[in-house]
Amino acid sequence: MIEVKELSKHYGDKKAVDNISFTANDGEILGFLGPNGAGKSTTMNILTGYISSTSGKALIDGVDILENPIKAKKNIGYLPEIPPLYMDMTVKEYLNFIYDLKKCKLARVSHLKDICRLVKIENVYKRMIRNLSKGYRQRVGLAQALVGNPPVLILDEPTVGLDPSQIIEIRTLIKKLGKNHTVILSSHILSEVQAVCDKIIVINEGRIVANDTETNLSDKLSGSHILTAQIEGSPETITAAVRGIKGVTLCKMVNEREGACEYRIECEEGVDIRRELFRLMAEKDCPILELKSAELSLEDIFLKLTMGETPQLEGKESE
Amino acid sequence: MGAVFRREVLSYFTSSIGYIFLAAFYAFSAIIFTSTSLANGSTQMDALFSQLMLILVVLIPILTMRTMSEDKKSKTDQCLLTAPVSVGGIVAGKFFAAWLVYTCAVSITLVYAVIIQSFEAPDWLVILGNFTGLELLGAAFIGVGIFCSSLTENQVVSAVISFIAMLALHMFSIIGDLIPIDAIAELFAKLSFYERYTGFTYGLFDLSNALFFISAAVIFLFLSARVLEKRRWA
Repeated sequence: MIEVKELSKHYGDKKAVDNISFTANDGEILGFLGPNGAGKSTTMNILTGYISSTSGKALIDGVDILENPIKAKKNIGYLPEIPPLYMDMTVKEYLNFIYDLKKCKLARVSHLKDICRLVKIENVYKRMIRNLSKGYRQRVGLAQALVGNPPVLILDEPTVGLDPSQIIEIRTLIKKLGKNHTVILSSHILSEVQAVCDKIIVINEGRIVANDTETNLSDKLSGSHILTAQIEGSPETITAAVRGIKGVTLCKMVNEREGACEYRIECEEGVDIRRELFRLMAEKDCPILELKSAELSLEDIFLKLTMGETPQLEGKESE
Repeated sequence: MGAVFRREVLSYFTSSIGYIFLAAFYAFSAIIFTSTSLANGSTQMDALFSQLMLILVVLIPILTMRTMSEDKKSKTDQCLLTAPVSVGGIVAGKFFAAWLVYTCAVSITLVYAVIIQSFEAPDWLVILGNFTGLELLGAAFIGVGIFCSSLTENQVVSAVISFIAMLALHMFSIIGDLIPIDAIAELFAKLSFYERYTGFTYGLFDLSNALFFISAAVIFLFLSARVLEKRRWA
């Protein structure tokens, strides 16, 4: 369990982390969502005792990280943004070093073997870390965090630099780990946090903008009132027709292609125009080739959460 | 501490640094040994021991330059500082690893003594005293080197600062002599590594000199630990 109380970190005048509080319970996966420079890594570095806080408390399983660092650190597995790997060691040497460093008591050979199987690095076990690809390095970094089976895992952007299939693998792994660990992970990708976490904290400019469970936040942030459609036919006819639908506030061609153009359609919140749009386009003989809800970018999310109103989207104009 | 120590020793010999240091030390000490003891047909080795100091001033920065700076640069300090070990343990591990490699280097002087033994018995007690002095001097220099390395992320900068610092410590008594205030000149002479070490090469084992080097090593290692700790607070 992790408790953070009114934590702040100032660098001179700059407030990297500004008075944040949250709790992550046992067996919970907590996601930190925020753009670059939001204070995610700083918070994680404070939680793991790498840097100190200016004020406030961070308790890991009830132990204050500043007052009793060695005891608190025993319970933490940390994967920093850049995996802290010694390039001049083999994976085997490195994991054995970490095993010794953490004064791990579990059976050495079988424990390290289990971890390697879990993060799928068995085939590179005897290779030099400097010769590994970024994806493998990331996994060795994750393996390092898992050594000693600490109850708390803190993972700073664990999927950065991985290819799509690896990303899915790592997400599945984190979900699995989340069953019997407390996990905090950070990301700047909304869908990733949504896919993995039980609870999401949105952080921007050092402050918590939202602290919510995944479903609550998803509802708030759903972009269903903004649609992107690819429709074949004359743009003039289509825009005029779409604008005629009740509830539509904007219809704009965003991408011009021969034959089919892409449109951005915005409507009032709570209004679903998809069926009507389908019928109308069928009537006009303009086939819809693609129709999807627009995804909100991080900026839109912050604006939405901080302003509590419709995000200011690019290209928005009054009719 | 044990884990850090083993990793550091391993890394000296997986990179070329350990080999370069040993090879350079063996080569230069052999040249001095040949040109002093062997060429003169003398069983005395004090000339070798006193000249080794300058070689160490040049070579020890090579040994210590990456100890702290490399960790900072490659962010591996994140793994050390978030592990359940004390900062003191990390610094001590690094120090003893460097000292072990250093001991491998200076032990060659005992081999030279054995070579002399094949001609005529040298004064073993004096040689052992000298060897102890060399070990203590090395410990203090390594302390200085680790401290310099903890100040920067750049290995080259670290090596240059340590080299300058060690040269200054070596020359303290000369610098002191230039200052026309007796008290200061005396203080500089007391702090001069050269003055302290020369005692050993005369075959004198003075406990105060031994304690001086031990304290110097401890102080600089303590300061290195503070620098590591400071970054947690800054």
